[in-house]
Amino acid sequence: MKLKGTEIFLKVLEEEKVDIIFGYPGGAVLDLYDQLYQSNLRHILVRHEQGAVHAADGYARATGKVGVCLVTSGPGATNTVTGIATANMDSIPLVVFTGQVPTGLIGNDAFQECDITGITRPCTKHNFLVRNIEELASTIKEAFHIARSGRPGPVLVDLPKNVMAAQYDYDPANVKIRNQEAVYKPAPKKMANVLDMLNAAKKPLIMTGGGVILGKASDELTLLARKYEIPVTGTLMGLGSFPGTDPLWLGMLGMHGTYYANMAVSHCDFMLAVGVRFDDRVTGSIETFASNAKIVHIDIDPSSINKNVTIDLPIIGDTKATLKDILRFLEEHHYIQDADSRAEWLRELAEWREKVPLSYCQNDEVIKPQYVIEKLQKLTKGDVLITTDVGQHQMWTAQFFNFDRPNTFVSSGGLGTMGFGLPAAIGVKCAFPDRQVVAIAGDGSIQMNIQELATAAQYNIAVKVVLLNNEFLGMPRQWQEMFYNKRYSHTDMTYAPDFVKLAEAFGVIGLRATKPAEVETVLEQGLAADKPVLMDFRISREECVYPMVHPGGSINQMTLGSREMIN
Amino acid sequence: MEKKDHIISILVHNKPDVLARVAGTLGGKGYNIDSLCVNTTTQNDISKIVMTTSGSQTTITRIENQLQRLVDVISVDDLTNVESIHREMVLVRLNLTAENSEAVKNAVDTNKWKVIVSGDTYVIIEITGDKRQVDFSLARLEPLGITDITRTGLVALTLED
Repeated sequence: MKLKGTEIFLKVLEEEKVDIIFGYPGGAVLDLYDQLYQSNLRHILVRHEQGAVHAADGYARATGKVGVCLVTSGPGATNTVTGIATANMDSIPLVVFTGQVPTGLIGNDAFQECDITGITRPCTKHNFLVRNIEELASTIKEAFHIARSGRPGPVLVDLPKNVMAAQYDYDPANVKIRNQEAVYKPAPKKMANVLDMLNAAKKPLIMTGGGVILGKASDELTLLARKYEIPVTGTLMGLGSFPGTDPLWLGMLGMHGTYYANMAVSHCDFMLAVGVRFDDRVTGSIETFASNAKIVHIDIDPSSINKNVTIDLPIIGDTKATLKDILRFLEEHHYIQDADSRAEWLRELAEWREKVPLSYCQNDEVIKPQYVIEKLQKLTKGDVLITTDVGQHQMWTAQFFNFDRPNTFVSSGGLGTMGFGLPAAIGVKCAFPDRQVVAIAGDGSIQMNIQELATAAQYNIAVKVVLLNNEFLGMPRQWQEMFYNKRYSHTDMTYAPDFVKLAEAFGVIGLRATKPAEVETVLEQGLAADKPVLMDFRISREECVYPMVHPGGSINQMTLGSREMIN
Repeated sequence: MEKKDHIISILVHNKPDVLARVAGTLGGKGYNIDSLCVNTTTQNDISKIVMTTSGSQTTITRIENQLQRLVDVISVDDLTNVESIHREMVLVRLNLTAENSEAVKNAVDTNKWKVIVSGDTYVIIEITGDKRQVDFSLARLEPLGITDITRTGLVALTLED
């Protein structure tokens, strides 16, 4: 049966089990938008294309499925770039469809034409320009396959207007795609090496990352750590891959990692690093990072191995399959940890934890951001999906909220994209309408995609924004305080809208707390509402995130903040 | 670590943009391509890219890994330490004048260079060889009055599979 390109598009999306797309119409995709009337596909109209990509990204991170966007050509396409680069850095599976001018006009500088495949080549896993109707179905199928297979990532598909209007005899049975599935072959020799290294280790440590969440390997990792009493630290992207309330959890490592996690890294003699890429914010100085340890690195992407840190034993493979193999091998070879040395190591860690716990000073006058986050955890009993923007509030969330389950912490780690949190929360809430979804934001970040409050209001997507408002671009201000003699060049954000009134103008509930005593009430009220809410918490203006490793410094050299923090 | 020249042979699917992807991957990560040669193989849908670059072994391994991530890349091989044949070709145009024509003729005969075409005022010579041989020939041609050259990237083929 002859079908139009737009019909084939929707059929293939249906076959790929896409239930929701985030998008924004425009000239080049009007045929597609018209065809949406004939489909059951849910479409969420965002207010800016960047918001569409972040929403699809949030959806993907929370569900593990591929997030999908649809935007028009030219500026619609270029507006997606930040979102795509965000997903690319964190290996999030997305398929982004962009409209394109008719093939005959490509290269003519036509109205709203841009070479979006050229622009996004370095920030996608792969991209396609569909040149004719014959390759439409297979290209879309391949895009989904590429996005979700191996190390996942965003794929862009550029759809010229005339291709979508053309007709073609579509038969799903005839659609062939290339198979890029990475094959993981268990290597018994490597398993034996892991066993030897564990046997020799007195101070073992697991470092868990985003690859454990993407690889759905949290259960295996948790079992391994608990069974053999191996303490666990994690990267920002790894939060939730091991229960944050487990005594073996040391918290995040790195620039704003806990004192005890960073000390554990510096003192461990064996490190099992799973699904991490040793980002500079995590390692600090490479020379001194885990310098006493033999490092085993499990990752699906060979290019991650030895990229930053020299690895003693690389294991290339899917995190879940590899951890299963390790568990089986240790079991079969009756590995038992040496009780004395393990007790000694755990005691050492407990001492560090006691010496410098995560802490802050709450008084009756000024709200401390950490207090808001702790209250949020208490009131929700941790049963909440959290997104963040980027900056101080993101680090406080990582430090003070204990994530017990994977896919519950949604944050831009690699690219560090301000304005990510609100649209991402919209995507998460669309996937889990019955769960509490909270976007923790800063007053700088929220203004970068605040227009998405209209999206939330239009569809009554009841996300709750916890705005930690210090009237500063807090993280750059902290650096200016520490490294630039408190010369706060252009980080003062005192000139800002009245966020409560702004929320109300968007049709969203606006609440405010200015005193510590109001925090709990505002949170309760906000969380109870069945509408989107923005809660404006006026927090201590110059609170810093501690501990802090200076950029490029060793991670055991931390600024710990004020005296009362250490007690 | 010691910086060394490397010859990388890359098999790719002959898809639009594949060269841009390969070149962009290197450029975007700050690696330099010294020479490049691309054409189809015996299979029309598969192309081979041979490029030379330089760097420490760590750098080269990174380049190989980054290239291997590309969807259209089938395989990446470093031929530097593999027994293989290397060739470049250069076309050289010389200006013929009353003063130099005799010298050019003698040099062509002595060096067994291949003259592709010649006229009253010009001659175009083809030289094929490995990099060292081509450099050597160009040095000899230089004093005879080169007006232009076009030099290919290096191609390489292993002796065995």
